Amino acid sequence: MPYHSIVLVKQVPDTRSVSGDVITPDGTMNRSALPAIFNPEDLNALEMALQVKDQHGGTVTVLTMGPLQAAEVLRQALYRGADRVVLLSDRKFAGADTQATSYTLKCAVEKLGAFDLVFCGRQAIDGDTAQVGPQTAEKLGLPQITYAEAILSLEQDEIVVRRAFDLGIELVKCKLPCLLTVVGSANQPRPPSARKRIAYKLACVPAEYPRLLQQWPDLGDEASLDALLVQQGLKIPVWNAADLPVNEAELGLSGSPTQVYKVNYVVLEGTESKDISPTPEGIRALIEELVEEYIVG
Amino acid sequence: MSEARNVWVFIEQGDGQVADVSLELLSKACELAQHLGSQVWALLCGYQVEGLVETVIQHGADHVLLADHPELEVYRTLPYCRVAVGLVKQHQPYIFLIGASPVGRDLAPRIASAVRVGLTADCTDLQIGDFLYKKENTLYKDLLYQIRPAFGGNIIATIVNPKTRPQMASVREGVMRRRTPDPSRQGTVEAVRPGFQPQDFALQVLSHEMRPPTVRLKDAPVIVAGGAGVDGPGEFELIQDLANLLGGEVGASRAAVDAGLVSREHQVGQTGLTVRPRLYIAAGISGAVQHRAGMDKSNKIIAINTDPTAPIFQVAHYKIVGDLAEVLPLLIKTLREKAK
Repeated sequence: MPYHSIVLVKQVPDTRSVSGDVITPDGTMNRSALPAIFNPEDLNALEMALQVKDQHGGTVTVLTMGPLQAAEVLRQALYRGADRVVLLSDRKFAGADTQATSYTLKCAVEKLGAFDLVFCGRQAIDGDTAQVGPQTAEKLGLPQITYAEAILSLEQDEIVVRRAFDLGIELVKCKLPCLLTVVGSANQPRPPSARKRIAYKLACVPAEYPRLLQQWPDLGDEASLDALLVQQGLKIPVWNAADLPVNEAELGLSGSPTQVYKVNYVVLEGTESKDISPTPEGIRALIEELVEEYIVG
Repeated sequence: MSEARNVWVFIEQGDGQVADVSLELLSKACELAQHLGSQVWALLCGYQVEGLVETVIQHGADHVLLADHPELEVYRTLPYCRVAVGLVKQHQPYIFLIGASPVGRDLAPRIASAVRVGLTADCTDLQIGDFLYKKENTLYKDLLYQIRPAFGGNIIATIVNPKTRPQMASVREGVMRRRTPDPSRQGTVEAVRPGFQPQDFALQVLSHEMRPPTVRLKDAPVIVAGGAGVDGPGEFELIQDLANLLGGEVGASRAAVDAGLVSREHQVGQTGLTVRPRLYIAAGISGAVQHRAGMDKSNKIIAINTDPTAPIFQVAHYKIVGDLAEVLPLLIKTLREKAK
């Protein structure tokens, strides 16, 4: 029996590639030096949803909330086999903590219509909170399976999932619909397909029309491009607050119970430190000192 | 809003024992409650767990809410959430603390969403302080400062929940210090009856296997840790060799774990473990704040890095500017000679 899946994904700055030049001389972070990427565990979530589609049929819809540039992760999802993508973008969504984010996602999921499974990555690498998945599940009134590593069976309205933690595993059986948060060890996400890359190379949001027209001038003007993309199903829909049945007070910064009181740049306390030369003499002296102080030995 | 301003701790338990992280949080809760002039309440859920009440009181609880029920024997999100949300709504605690363990990270966001309150994950410090909410020009007194490294790790953010109660925060194991239990401490116990709904049982646990940790980083007297500067498994063996020689454990930064050099159990830092060994040797670790948050309270720190400007050197007691592929073998060789 076919299953309809929704995958919630996020575009994140690649905090794993933080290197020397990302840090400015005054110790702050140069965000623009970090590439924006598909949150790694969200790719695992997408892969799990695509495998469900491969095995059982059905559809995969990918949803993201973010600035217009986040259309890039939606294209990446289309290249891998998503059937439908939607971008949630509005200034009113900005500054959201996990509570306001999960509220917005919940409203969008409800607008998408009937579904059997919701997938998201366990956590995003820019915040590591792992809160949006469970909070979206709660707001949708769905059971949640966090730390999902594998779907062991999927029959009728029942799923059996292996959950994986650092120190163990758990097998659970759950009624559908439900929400899974997927861990990185779940699978090896498939690469974008070359065929789909070509098929979806024009997929974009209206904000990207100027860029497309610059690249392919023979596409005409924005109006003709829009008509073409709509006709070919390549126009990525952008939903704003007005498109959703939302209570605006629960969106974005104003809908966020947590507030950042202050941000301190890390001032490292100068620990009194000794320079040790990386030579046999230097190392011997160091070890003698440590032995004397009963640190080693 | 309740006037009591009580500090609650969710007590995680398994195999007849209270989780370390819950005991550590009880210690912290005592500090916060003392500051607020309020009480520490513990929420203990499980089946046949009355025996743990004493431990919980000795570690700092003034009052224990005991939900003892067969349906709570194995942790499941929805039944646990039903109990916690009901009690939170009934008593309106001021602060709610929970361990950032797999259970806590599954449960806490669910509770926060159901009660519509803010939650800050993986705090590295908790304090009480005032907050001037500029948007409203209102001064909120005695809020919980939820302190954690943020984006990329160059900044430490202090988060507050000015309006919603409880103020929820999760904390990883090892971050807070656990006080010695006081056997003479007195507390009260209140049995609570869960009011489950049929939909709370949508999920069934078929099997559950947890293995004991193979790495005891938290108690290790010496930790030798490797990071992004470790070039492949061959060099990582040097870390292991030195750790063995010193009777210590192997630690790692997130970069080394993500690179697959070592399992996540070895990760030191905000999203890993917080450690305070007698000696911490950081090899090829640049020292992002998330990593330092987990090790900067070590008694002595030796840092080895080729980059003399690496931030790790600023928390190190001994700086060795050099290639770990040369320095580690020197350390190993010198220690071996010493042992003879």
